[in-house]
Amino acid sequence: MIGIEHYVVVSSILFVLGVLGIFLNRKNIIVILMAIELILLAVNINLVAFSAYLNDLTGQVFAMFVLTVAAAEAAIGLAILVTYFRSRGTIAVDDVNRMKG
Amino acid sequence: MTVFAFYLFAALMIASGAFVIFARNPVHSVLWLILAFFNAAGLMVLVGAEFLAMLLLVVYVGAVAVLFLFVVMMLNIDFAEMRAGFMKNAPLGVAIAVILLAELVLGIGAYRAGALELGTPDGSAAPLVGESNIENIGALLYGDYLFLFEVAGIILLVAMIGAIVLTHRGPGSPRGQQDISRQVRRRPQDATELKQPGIGQGVEL
Repeated sequence: MIGIEHYVVVSSILFVLGVLGIFLNRKNIIVILMAIELILLAVNINLVAFSAYLNDLTGQVFAMFVLTVAAAEAAIGLAILVTYFRSRGTIAVDDVNRMKG
Repeated sequence: MTVFAFYLFAALMIASGAFVIFARNPVHSVLWLILAFFNAAGLMVLVGAEFLAMLLLVVYVGAVAVLFLFVVMMLNIDFAEMRAGFMKNAPLGVAIAVILLAELVLGIGAYRAGALELGTPDGSAAPLVGESNIENIGALLYGDYLFLFEVAGIILLVAMIGAIVLTHRGPGSPRGQQDISRQVRRRPQDATELKQPGIGQGVEL
């Protein structure tokens, strides 16, 4: 049986990869959304691993709720992205502060 | 065998996660993201969470990744220009990532040294022996967490309505409208012109 530390280390690496993706692709909001998905996936792996090792199913139920919120967030984020692209013809998020007003 | 499968899934997941953020083409990023989700599902199967693993595949690969693919392919984007700030942001991003990873790993080391006390489950949500993973989750989800489950449904409903409201273009929007009376009003003599060009001469348009 694999120890819990292995799962935690793997999910930590994936979490850090997601954070790094947000920093590296600051212009490309599609990749930023994918990096957020990676972060949520790392959290899910953590929840499931602890749920299995503590013999408590609450972690898996909460991983399901994280999954729900992630799906909703992806849908809303991509809808905002499509609207922004329609009005400006680009998805460069550097000048996204012009969206106000 | 389990150890081998764990390291295979973990290595593939981290590699594909790295390719997600380093790929030049966002379509490739989405495909690497799908591979990462498959490997994460494999990791979840290894600890006995089959239902959540299959849910991950259905929801992420079936819905979210396809949504990403639709958007990437629908929008006509110059991706080379998007990469412009990549190297400029690299030092700061890598520094923050290394610091964060070091902190996380040190924190895990502290946990193993016994410096942190994790809570212990009270056994109320322990899986029943002899029942499958999905039965146990179902009993918990429709029992203790029924309210949260319905709130999750409301969240999905709000997300759906929000996405439709944001992207819907009603009548009166400038593009994509069919004006039937204008089509019917159009006559051949308005649209076409017959010309008889002379020999050796072109047609003046």
